[in-house]
Amino acid sequence: MIDLTALQPEKATGGNCAGSCGNHPHSPSAVPQHIQEKIHNHPCYSEQAHHYYARMHVAVAPACNIQCHYCNRKYDCANESRPGVVSELLKPDQAIKKVLAVGAAIPQMSVVGIAGPGDPLANPERTFATFRELTRLAPDLKLCISTNGLALPQHVDELAKHNIDHVTITINCLDPEIGAKIYPWIFWNHRRIKGVKAAEILIQQQQKGLEMLVARGILVKINSVMIPGINDEHLKEVSRVVRAKGAFLHNIMPLIAEAKHGTFFGLSGQPSPTPEELSNLQTSCESDDMRMMRHCRQCRADAVGLLGEDRGDEFSLEKIEHLEIDHAAAMQRRVAEKARIEAEIAAKHAQSAQPLDNTVQLISLDKLRTKKKTYRSVLMAVASKGQGIINLHFGHAQEFLIYEASQAGIKFIRAAKAELYCTGDETCGEAESRIERIIKSLAGCEVVLCAKIGYEPWGKLEAAGIQPNGEHAMEAIEDAVKSVYQEMSASGKLDEIPVKKQTMRA
Amino acid sequence: MALKIIELCTNCWACQPLCPTSAIYEAKPHFLIDALKCTECDGDFADPQCASICPIEGAILNSAGKAWNPPGSLTGITI
Repeated sequence: MIDLTALQPEKATGGNCAGSCGNHPHSPSAVPQHIQEKIHNHPCYSEQAHHYYARMHVAVAPACNIQCHYCNRKYDCANESRPGVVSELLKPDQAIKKVLAVGAAIPQMSVVGIAGPGDPLANPERTFATFRELTRLAPDLKLCISTNGLALPQHVDELAKHNIDHVTITINCLDPEIGAKIYPWIFWNHRRIKGVKAAEILIQQQQKGLEMLVARGILVKINSVMIPGINDEHLKEVSRVVRAKGAFLHNIMPLIAEAKHGTFFGLSGQPSPTPEELSNLQTSCESDDMRMMRHCRQCRADAVGLLGEDRGDEFSLEKIEHLEIDHAAAMQRRVAEKARIEAEIAAKHAQSAQPLDNTVQLISLDKLRTKKKTYRSVLMAVASKGQGIINLHFGHAQEFLIYEASQAGIKFIRAAKAELYCTGDETCGEAESRIERIIKSLAGCEVVLCAKIGYEPWGKLEAAGIQPNGEHAMEAIEDAVKSVYQEMSASGKLDEIPVKKQTMRA
Repeated sequence: MALKIIELCTNCWACQPLCPTSAIYEAKPHFLIDALKCTECDGDFADPQCASICPIEGAILNSAGKAWNPPGSLTGITI
């Protein structure tokens, strides 16, 4: 058994950088400058960046050294979009070719990650061969990995060598008894180890890896899968501990478990959290010095494009095989595109004078605040294909960004998938119409902002109590949400808390 | 004396680099074990390495033709 107190970090003191350096206790949205420089164009680390910059995962790491009850290594479906799923496994030379092809076609690309479908550090030769060559051919691209942490300590020095300054560790627990309910086995020192003993080793390795990365100045994001009844309450403790050890961002994701995925949790009927339960947990873990990632799309291990879109199909091995790419020219285009995006963001900030970092967005609504009246908060859904503007037709939206407008300001809450996890046709899954699925996933929202919307979905949304609004097409999301909120408050719609509050339960 | 990989293999590559006698090789439609090279890790490790990391129940058979990891033994899924 691990003594849990041994995992408690020492209280951060002036000399201990973990958790104390650069904290701004009175301004939750302020990010220290040295971190801001590392995250400003990383879509997974910065909420703002995810509107502008694209990423790709290369599926070079098929092997895994542990088993998680939410993962099934047998499953691969082109209609599925969730972690661990890929269409085409790549060898390092193929992955490099794919990265260069995507980097030439999508100049917004800033990040290449290895996230599986197994664990990148259970495939160290393949992972590091890919990174070595990319560092040489495309030095402008940021490299990152997402790992379960078991093999992390032994590879930290190698990671530091490769200019990898973003690492994600999936940490679901600190208590081996809880771990034994999530991880049936690990492969460790040439043996398969099961049960509490396995979880104990995994947890120790994860915590050690986190400490080693922080000591080397590598930014660490912690992913946790919220599994109701198993680790949901416990994740508050996880969040506190990893924050104190110096993790920069915590991403609590909902368990994905359906019987058709063939996972232990899917088949045992383990429930996933509702969006409301997830959001409540995220809020209770959020603090002045722990940022919550709320824009995660739980993407595939071979996803390509902006978060929320997947252009992987355009870059299959077959399609890129004969492409001739001028690497230097492609890199120049990416560098120019980054400069353009940064200028655009700076111009936008100058205009609206909002805080530079939007990881937690709080835009003051001074006009509302000066009035003595109090208004309730409102959830609004937004259709956007990037750039932080309302620029997408309702019918083309694969997902909606959900913002909460209140007198305190405007805050990004989560992304809601229009098609949930499956994009198959009506014969593949529930015989529910697309609009019905969208209405379910937007439950709790009172407004949907989009560039345009058809007559039929308009009526159905209205009937469901969600007001469609196409009047703010091509406007900045925050400005539009703010102005709709102001209109609603001015027309008396927000005067009192409704007796029967809508829930976000899907 | 040799282990065998059968069609349940998902080609995840986990076993191949662990084999002390390089008996495992990539093949279509799935990885295979060279029976002449396989020692079942005798003399190298306490347990056969391929069977100790393989995530798929039933994908590796022992020399008697029985699943090294029978149904339910790895995933806990018994239905």
